[in-house]
Amino acid sequence: MKISIQREDIQEYEVNMQDATLLTVLNEIKSKQDATLTFASGCRSGVCGSCSVRVNGREVLACGHKVQDGDFVEPLKNSPIIRDLVVNMDRAYNFNFKAKAWLNPHINTPSITQEDEKINEIQSDCILCGSCYSVCPVYAVNDEFLGPFSLTRVWKYVSDKREGKSDSKIENIQTNGVWDCTLCNECSLVCPQGISSKLDIEKLRSKSVMAGYSDPNFANFGGGFGFDGSPSF
Amino acid sequence: MKSDVLIIGAGGAGLVAALHAYESGAKVRVITKEYPTRSQTCMAQGGINAALGNVGEDSVEAHVQNTLKSAKSIANEEAVRLLCESASEAVKWLDSIGVCFSRTKDAKIAQRTLGGASAPRACYAQDYTGLKILHTLYDRCLAYGIEILNEKYLLDFITNKDSVCGATVLDIRSGEVESYESSSVVIATGGYARIYDKYSTNSTASTGDGISAAIRAGARVSDMEFIQFHPTALKGSSILISESARGAGGYLLNSKGERFTNELAPRDEVSRAIHNEMLKGEDIFIDIRHLGEKFIDEELPQERKLAKLYENVDPVYDLVPIKPSAHYTMGGIEVDDKSCTKVRGLYAVGECANHRVHGANRLGGNSLLELVVFGKQAGVNAAKYVKDMNASMHSHAEYGNEKSMCSRSGEWERVSSSTRDEELVPMLQRGNVNPEIDFYKIREELGNIFYKDVGISRDKKILESVLVKVKNYIAQLPKMGVSDKSKIYNTNLIEFLEFKNMLELSRLILKGAISREESRGAHFRADFPNEDENFASHTIVDKDGVVA
Repeated sequence: MKISIQREDIQEYEVNMQDATLLTVLNEIKSKQDATLTFASGCRSGVCGSCSVRVNGREVLACGHKVQDGDFVEPLKNSPIIRDLVVNMDRAYNFNFKAKAWLNPHINTPSITQEDEKINEIQSDCILCGSCYSVCPVYAVNDEFLGPFSLTRVWKYVSDKREGKSDSKIENIQTNGVWDCTLCNECSLVCPQGISSKLDIEKLRSKSVMAGYSDPNFANFGGGFGFDGSPSF
Repeated sequence: MKSDVLIIGAGGAGLVAALHAYESGAKVRVITKEYPTRSQTCMAQGGINAALGNVGEDSVEAHVQNTLKSAKSIANEEAVRLLCESASEAVKWLDSIGVCFSRTKDAKIAQRTLGGASAPRACYAQDYTGLKILHTLYDRCLAYGIEILNEKYLLDFITNKDSVCGATVLDIRSGEVESYESSSVVIATGGYARIYDKYSTNSTASTGDGISAAIRAGARVSDMEFIQFHPTALKGSSILISESARGAGGYLLNSKGERFTNELAPRDEVSRAIHNEMLKGEDIFIDIRHLGEKFIDEELPQERKLAKLYENVDPVYDLVPIKPSAHYTMGGIEVDDKSCTKVRGLYAVGECANHRVHGANRLGGNSLLELVVFGKQAGVNAAKYVKDMNASMHSHAEYGNEKSMCSRSGEWERVSSSTRDEELVPMLQRGNVNPEIDFYKIREELGNIFYKDVGISRDKKILESVLVKVKNYIAQLPKMGVSDKSKIYNTNLIEFLEFKNMLELSRLILKGAISREESRGAHFRADFPNEDENFASHTIVDKDGVVA
């Protein structure tokens, strides 16, 4: 079976393995054929988010993808390539900081019911693999866009009964945040955890509107409203 | 800039220590060889123990007794009491910072039964407990603005006489060696079960780097021979199937479809039972079909996904083939009741440390608890150490002279080690000559030998022959090395450095395993199958050999 890997140039490797995950194959190549092949890995079981790459143009976890003959493997897009399949995720990670994606606890922790728990259960499955930033067309052209995983994280906390400062979180995502997304849904399609940041962003938009914010793009089309972010109705 | 508290490792233990050191007023810096959230902690599935009694009757005393029983008389009862008594507060704290625990119908934190527990005691978040705790801790660190530096590999601790004053690291991205000065250092680098290579459930990062470096810096380690084998790892890939699968009523079956053991006994007993069946030529399976699709999707979604991916079986309809695999290392760096090592200012916490709460066999659900309880202890005490040191310097009116005692470069006493930066550069510059011996081959061989001979069942003669082999590998190290000569993100080099650390720890495991002529918990000697009171103590080792 042959796979090719985008390094400085495209390099082809022949491996004799059946029904193997891409990560197993990459390890086999590194330890038996070419020690210079560079990729990141950790848990091998889809929870650490280290080994996300693109195969045939699609974001996958190397540990969760069964290799097919002829697969073409590339690094993630929209993050600086350090070497071969390893990209620098610092910038994407930093959006969690910019988006203030943490809990501002109440003084007394309210009790959470099974229904409350389900509201953000799937959002708390996120493994920060960065696939969503790689596929996001908005992040590709606006590197200040807070981006999918950090907005999902904001929704996770905003929707949590234990959150004490929901308003300031909503305020913080008005610029380069919820209104910049084109709702193209690409992030949902590649998420290995089945999270839809698009849906979360839509929910954050509703919350924003309820808090008195509006879509700045829409306001502009409506005529007569400026960019000052003031409510448009 | 110099930090007060430097934390090596950004898993659960490291981040808890960071948060508490910060809250104690210290200037904190965290360094990780990966990114935070990628550590071993994210793989913990089963839960975190606390005798809340939310689901069935439970008590702190029962938790203490279960833990002590499983530890086989070599846990420190005081430490175990502290662990169990702090558990309720630990879970409450996690809840208060936003961990998404599963809940009961009456809006309490849900709990389930793990092996060796007399009650449903493990608080969980589906089978993503570690992941959700780790990510919440990370978010908390962001809220405090704690500095976290990614992709820097620990080389050595910098010491001055018997005190620590920082660490040297290899920046993986640039290939440059950097020094970070700090008044105190917390080691939170995880365990060493990757020695078992493809027979380990662990992340590829669990290579014992911090333990090795601590020994080189003069710290002591203990109980290295106690290595827990998890009964249910997937047969082909050693990927973990959580104990909660058995806790929920899963059966273990042999090829004949017969049950052969109490599935809810502690891990050492279940692993040995499986091992014995396998010696008879049986294949072993876990059967959770009777739990039903709804339950499996609700409580064990990850298990279903992994079994399908790695074994091509769907646990809703099929038996899942399993084998025991190296999962957790009870041994580690010796610490006192403040989490401090023998080196002043150097603290250790998490799997790399030995707080003497697990003894000869850890209970499921106690390791997440350990990192919260002792992470706090380490963080608070590291911060206090710095405060006291600064105060005493002021009072001696020598502050001006002494404040940078560690940075007077001439007096830095670099720890003796084979991974010093002076030796890294030549390793990369050895022309295009490929190393004579391929360390990847040896790494795999070491894993195979350890699984077979230093695994679930051990024997003096065989252990001694493995020790000869390991010494031989160590002697051959100069002939090994890296064939990748790049400075930029050289994982070949990192893996070689990790391998060297594992090789060193292998030697210590063997010394402990050979000298412990008895069977206790996870350490089973076929030639001494019974517990022997004379060995009801700890094996303590420093860089010169067995101390006690």
